[in-house]
Amino acid sequence: MSIIETKQLAFEYIRRDDEGNVEGITRAVDNVELAIEPGEFIAILGHNGSGKSTLAKHMNAILYPTEGVVWVDGKETTDEEYLWEIRQKAGMVFQNPDNQIIGQVVEEDVGFGPENIGVPTKEIWQRVEESLKTVGMYEYRKKSPNRLSGGQKQRISIAGVLAMRPKCIILDEPTAMLDPTGRKEVIGAVTGLNRSEGITVVLITHYMEEIINADRVFVMDRGAIAMTGTPRQIFSRVDELKALHLDVPQVTLLAHELKKSGIGHLPEAVLTTEELVAALTGSGRMGRNH
Amino acid sequence: MSIILDHVHHIYDEGTAMASVALADINLVIPDGQYVGLIGHTGSGKSTLIQHLNGLLKPTSGSIYFNGEDIHDSGYNKKQLRSRVGLVFQYPEHQLFEVDVYSDVCFGPNNLGLERLEVELRAFNALKQVGITEEYFYQSPFDLSGGQKRRVAIAGVLAMKPQVLILDEPTAGLDPRGKEEILELIARLRIETGMTVILVSHSMEEVARHVERIIVMNKGGVAYDDHPSAVFGHFRELEAIGLGAPQITYIMEALHQSGLAVDRSALSIEAARDSILVALR
Repeated sequence: MSIIETKQLAFEYIRRDDEGNVEGITRAVDNVELAIEPGEFIAILGHNGSGKSTLAKHMNAILYPTEGVVWVDGKETTDEEYLWEIRQKAGMVFQNPDNQIIGQVVEEDVGFGPENIGVPTKEIWQRVEESLKTVGMYEYRKKSPNRLSGGQKQRISIAGVLAMRPKCIILDEPTAMLDPTGRKEVIGAVTGLNRSEGITVVLITHYMEEIINADRVFVMDRGAIAMTGTPRQIFSRVDELKALHLDVPQVTLLAHELKKSGIGHLPEAVLTTEELVAALTGSGRMGRNH
Repeated sequence: MSIILDHVHHIYDEGTAMASVALADINLVIPDGQYVGLIGHTGSGKSTLIQHLNGLLKPTSGSIYFNGEDIHDSGYNKKQLRSRVGLVFQYPEHQLFEVDVYSDVCFGPNNLGLERLEVELRAFNALKQVGITEEYFYQSPFDLSGGQKRRVAIAGVLAMKPQVLILDEPTAGLDPRGKEEILELIARLRIETGMTVILVSHSMEEVARHVERIIVMNKGGVAYDDHPSAVFGHFRELEAIGLGAPQITYIMEALHQSGLAVDRSALSIEAARDSILVALR
């Protein structure tokens, strides 16, 4: 059974002017069909306004479909009976770390969720400890969140979701407001909990270099899924990505340019520096032999 | 005419148990018309530094000169300084507040005590400069898209006709297209007006591509101050202080190490491509 599945999902909202008159209808998500399997690492790309956040908010019943159905772990999100179960199974981390931390002390913040659903005290502490260790923030458990960096705050947010023992975690541009170190910390923590804990990850991002570890990538445009595939399949379509105003990693762009300039034996899509160096120094030697 | 920082120190909460050194002995000369990138990890002193440049913060010791005058001399016109050195804060769209776009941009020049006609003329020109067309003038700024709001906020500063424009992470939170649009706008404004531009950024690719000089801040001091390719040559040291270099620097470095005679200082895809093609020949 898929952990998240959508069928003909559409979401519309009504735009109103100052007087409340209807100006028009925006179809933010348009006929999206997808199935995410347990343990997968999924990345969703797309420019602002492409519908990726709206889609994500359907995955833990913050928004409900205008048309179509969304199932989380087999439960329909519109079924009120399962609302809390769904929110616990599919946790969400948002863009701004300052908007999602409420505790005065790190461990108190992480324990808020489980406490709220009536987990026994002893188990709360156990969960807090495990969650903080998973994201590498255990030594900060007695600190005030105010004094932490953006990357550390985001890891606390992730720990807060982990303490709910979710099957799936959805991250909506978790690194957009962070510096390079913070970005690395957060992506490292996310990749780790996918690999070692087997938690399904849905990562929404603008940064292409963050998706190279994903199992599958969905590229969204105008509310619909425009491209799907492995990172390598997606990155081999450089011109299409550029047309969708997405950033392609410099190494992929450079390989693409070199290929266009007649370096024929480069692979279809180059994702890492190591790959490019291996391909080029191989081809370099051949060049000298001729 | 330029900005000069002479032995500038800044200590927050001096004399208390919470005292922390934010700037330690900063000496810089920023000549007119230069495009400067200011980088450093969170807490390195970047924001403290830029708030000194228009007198929002006063150095604990040391002096700051703008166009030859000490900005903390008694009788120095701070109000004029703040119109000459325009500061666009991070997420400037959070500071929009007026009923419509046009009034919001008028607020700054109006505050300078200019005549109504001059105020309106400046607002009109500033909005035109940032590419906000007349159809948006009388809309609420809150109805605009993220990128548009940010342009309006920049127009609010431009309407003060600054000689120096400081932007604190102007592309934060925008998508790749939005980022590119803002950076193109800044480059164009700089050419049109001859302003000095100081760009604070977390993106190494961004500064590598746009600025002519990079100042790297670390622990309240200047770690490096040079043209981009020279600064990124220190990529290992930059990593040690929580930064790094554009991916292209790492690619060229790796190629060079595996015996390909490429130019390690290349910072654009085009320069890297050409250098690799030559080396392969």
